[in-house]
Amino acid sequence: MSDFDFSVILENWGFLAQGLRYTVQVTITAMLGGILIGTVLALMRLSSLPPLQWFAAGYVNIFRSVPLVQVILAFYLILPMVLQMITGKQMPIGAANSAYFTFTVFEAAYYSEIMRSGIQSVPRGQVAAGYAMGFTYGQTMRLVVLPQAFRNMLPVLLTQTIILFQDVSLVYAIGATDFFGAADKITQRDLRPVEMYTTVAVVYFVICFTLSRLVKLLQSRIAIIR
Amino acid sequence: MIEIKNVSKWYGSFQVLTDCTTNVKKSEVVVVCGPSGSGKSTLIKCVNALEPFQKGSIVVNGVAVEDPKTNLPKLRAQVGMVFQNFELFPHMTITDNLTIAQIKVLGRSREEAVDKGLKLLDRVGLKAQAAKYPGQLSGGQQQRVAIARALAMDPICMLFDEPTSALDPEMINEVLDVMVQLAHEGMTMMCVTHEMGFARKVAHRVIFMDRGAIVEDAAKDDFFGQPRSERAQNFLAKILHH
Repeated sequence: MSDFDFSVILENWGFLAQGLRYTVQVTITAMLGGILIGTVLALMRLSSLPPLQWFAAGYVNIFRSVPLVQVILAFYLILPMVLQMITGKQMPIGAANSAYFTFTVFEAAYYSEIMRSGIQSVPRGQVAAGYAMGFTYGQTMRLVVLPQAFRNMLPVLLTQTIILFQDVSLVYAIGATDFFGAADKITQRDLRPVEMYTTVAVVYFVICFTLSRLVKLLQSRIAIIR
Repeated sequence: MIEIKNVSKWYGSFQVLTDCTTNVKKSEVVVVCGPSGSGKSTLIKCVNALEPFQKGSIVVNGVAVEDPKTNLPKLRAQVGMVFQNFELFPHMTITDNLTIAQIKVLGRSREEAVDKGLKLLDRVGLKAQAAKYPGQLSGGQQQRVAIARALAMDPICMLFDEPTSALDPEMINEVLDVMVQLAHEGMTMMCVTHEMGFARKVAHRVIFMDRGAIVEDAAKDDFFGQPRSERAQNFLAKILHH
């Protein structure tokens, strides 16, 4: 195999693009869902009620201590069984769909730690000021603390999202066709691994590098004037 | 207006407030002073339940603060508070700082809230700063905005927790001027402060605290004329002699 033939990329571009679209969809779903669940977990962890603290701490510690690929496999196998128990019907949800759920739930553990330090970065006096204005706990969090925590943490949240974007490639373990999975399948068929994997690596690099530059740019623009 | 009865508070086994009793009547201005760590800030924060206390009672406008059934957000909305570090919301413009609680807590319309907020901003001499963010203002300006923010809620009384302690010296007077004006208008005020000039000018009573207890609670002239306790005498001698 002395000659490289990159035509394999062009011939299969539609399939690859489809995979890339799926990767982006899982990333965005898991980011939005993960930040939402993560924020709730962070508030639970910082609450004064021990059962909530324990639940959030347990959640975060479990998911952060298990390899992602194992969680992907576990949910792929367990989720249909649980759904069957609840609904009483067989529910084959498929690899592609189970990944949405898995990544949201898994990333929530990481986003929650980021939101926790974001919330803790807001001075306690701000909370007191919120209460003193007559805000309830919910209003104080929603109007005063979380907007500041979110802004302080936005660069870190986005950096985590870039990692998530790369980690979606692990769905190849359950046979779902993300960008990497698509490349893998074409490689098995056309036997052009060097061309295929090089292209995939370059695409990942260009996307992730561009995004992290954008995060840096954003960082300097959204900082709260203090 | 504010009745504090036998209030004691502990952090673990450490007692920070010991059997504090006093009251602030309507339109009265009471200054609370004392050395640092004497519990003045803690006491004033107990009044709007920002700090819980274990013993005693505080009644604000007929409502018991320590009663678990009390609607604290509703009570706090009626009690204006000004903090040492201003605590304006840094992610909002000055206008939003002045209007958000009016809208979200009192249910006023946006126009009504902006109208009220800008009037008060004008009153503290900062009308031109409405569109700026707190970080773009000086400390003295931020504290004046903080006072306007509290006044926008039409409070029945105002609590000041060392409002000038974090300010550069040249900014202290602009804040005190606003407070003096408020006092002259008959606002009920409880002020933790070391500004004895302010106390002399507008206070009706002065409370002196030390080690978590109210050591002296006297009419202004009696306090400055001849404080009864030795500790208050020492304190006054220390802060007035330079």
